[in-house]
Amino acid sequence: MKNIRVLTLMPTVPDTEYIHKCTSACAGCSSDLILRHVLKAAGPDTVLVVPACCTSVLQGVYPNTSFGIPVYNVAFASAAAVASGMAAAFEELGKNTNVIAYAGDGGTVDIGIQALSGALERGTNFLYICYDNEAYGNTGMQRSGSTPLGARTTTTPGGKPHQKKDLDRIIAAHHLPYMATSCSAYPQDIVRKVEKALSIKGPKFLHILAPCPPGWRYDTAKTIEVGKLAVRSGMWAMYEREYDTLTLSGQTKAAMMKPAPLEEYLKIQGRFSGLKPDTIAEIRQSMERNLRLLKKEAEGTC
Amino acid sequence: MLTISTGNNAVAAAVREAGTGVVAAYPITPQTEIVEQIANFVTKGSMKASYIPVESEHSAMAACIGASITGIRTFTATSSHGLLYMNEMVNWAAAARLPIVMANVNRALGPGWNVWAEHTDSLQARDTGWLQVYVATVQEAYDATLMAFRIAEDRRVYLPVMVNLDGFTLSHITQQLEDVKIGDFIPPLVLDHKIDPAHPGGYGCMTSSVDYVRIRSDIERSMRDSVEVIRETEAEFAKRFGRSYSWTDDYRCEDAEVLILSMGTLGKEAEVAIDILRSEGVKAGSMRVRWIRPFPNLDLGDRELVVIDRNYSFGFGGILAGSIRAKTGKTCYNVIAGLGGQEVTYHDIASFVRNRKIGTEEWFGVKI
Repeated sequence: MKNIRVLTLMPTVPDTEYIHKCTSACAGCSSDLILRHVLKAAGPDTVLVVPACCTSVLQGVYPNTSFGIPVYNVAFASAAAVASGMAAAFEELGKNTNVIAYAGDGGTVDIGIQALSGALERGTNFLYICYDNEAYGNTGMQRSGSTPLGARTTTTPGGKPHQKKDLDRIIAAHHLPYMATSCSAYPQDIVRKVEKALSIKGPKFLHILAPCPPGWRYDTAKTIEVGKLAVRSGMWAMYEREYDTLTLSGQTKAAMMKPAPLEEYLKIQGRFSGLKPDTIAEIRQSMERNLRLLKKEAEGTC
Repeated sequence: MLTISTGNNAVAAAVREAGTGVVAAYPITPQTEIVEQIANFVTKGSMKASYIPVESEHSAMAACIGASITGIRTFTATSSHGLLYMNEMVNWAAAARLPIVMANVNRALGPGWNVWAEHTDSLQARDTGWLQVYVATVQEAYDATLMAFRIAEDRRVYLPVMVNLDGFTLSHITQQLEDVKIGDFIPPLVLDHKIDPAHPGGYGCMTSSVDYVRIRSDIERSMRDSVEVIRETEAEFAKRFGRSYSWTDDYRCEDAEVLILSMGTLGKEAEVAIDILRSEGVKAGSMRVRWIRPFPNLDLGDRELVVIDRNYSFGFGGILAGSIRAKTGKTCYNVIAGLGGQEVTYHDIASFVRNRKIGTEEWFGVKI
């Protein structure tokens, strides 16, 4: 009898844990939560390639590790290239092991973007996940190319004067088989997208928003709330792009129809304190432009 | 089979004969021919390997690291700025204990742009934990590349090996080449620490200073152990294939009263200079230093030394002369010659010996 996979809106999250208790993550860390669900979806035949980022720290100190799968820690700019070599070698050796590069936004949009672009262009059979807390969190919250306009970091004490780099459209320009965005507040969405990505051969990319209590300056208990507000306000859009066909995720479709107030998302975070009305208007403008472009693309009218 | 080959093609042929599984490389003059030839082998099917045309040298070494940790035989080639650009990962490869083999085609550094031979590029990587050998003929480039895999992959070593050949004066010249059927000279690679989902663990995670010092000292222990592995490998190679190599390539040294020490192709030029000097009644010999890491124990006796450095450490001096002084306590006449492909003939080398002023340094062709 054929096995029929029942697709539901609430996919089953596997019980197995690959992130053990007592990691050295900060309280309320959402990247820990993301990785927990990424690994649940990926399963045990997986190798994680991790460049310098919060994940290099939270796995613990040698010779112990808090992860139940092998983690290959590598230099900052090199994750996609190391994963490239690993994927080629596994293929040469006839192994189907999942190769997942798991990198922060600094390691992706800034120092690692060249290696990532190369790996995507070469059709590397791997999944690259950028967990995005919109700054260099591991070194104490300096601005990255992914920091949004107006956000205060230790190197933008007056608020960032530049827009967040549009990583996803750069990635989309590589026309890869599968790319998607998600947010730590929606673990089931993460599980579904990781499972789907890993069922496809070739280069896959996931960009996951990872709210960061100490960096974004909000109460640790509000990590899920802040993530949901990011999506509901439209500041963070969730979608999938298979080759060049875009499908908006339900949460973002809902946000497009009835968005939560942008101010609510900004107000809950200390990093946006003291924003001038002009800056808020500019943030709103770029957010609306992004949603407009995504909507048109999803409708096939752009 | 006896054939003719360039230095670059000899390296590529050796990489194929060694059964390399992954090659990740980026083109740079004068190394490009190596990666072009390997790409040809893979495309035509004479080499069963994955060839990864990476977008930079940093990624070339990164991809080799990712491949090597799975336990597959891995190779890359570079030169000059390429080696400098990948330097972070060059350090990483050694500390990650990966038996990667790399050919570096020695070339000067810019600015100004200069593609000709010089050793400053690879000597900047001398403290990285890589073993480094310098070759002087097409045959030696081939043989040293084959031996590099066996040495690197030996459990007592598990360190990467860099084979250095001079840009153009070796990479692009044509000499005879006797290739070999490698047979079981290089055993299958068994990497004890290869990454394996069946054995989860953290590789290169945060490390306390107590463990860090232990791990670093282990690199040095392996470097010391590599001395015996190199000796065994070169002896086995000589037994099987009839060509002998050692720490130095000595020419008429037995009764010599003055020695020329050099690296790379200048060492072959020096042999002609020795013949000229001998005909003049000067008891001279040439000692071409092949291995720089691990640095050999040189038996120099009480002979006068003329050290030719095709490199320079600014504010210090020639690196070979400095190393000899540090290891043996002997002073020398240090000639800085051949930088940026500067023409150095055997007549010039003979004149270095005739005009030697022990305890001084001189730049050939210029006064400073």
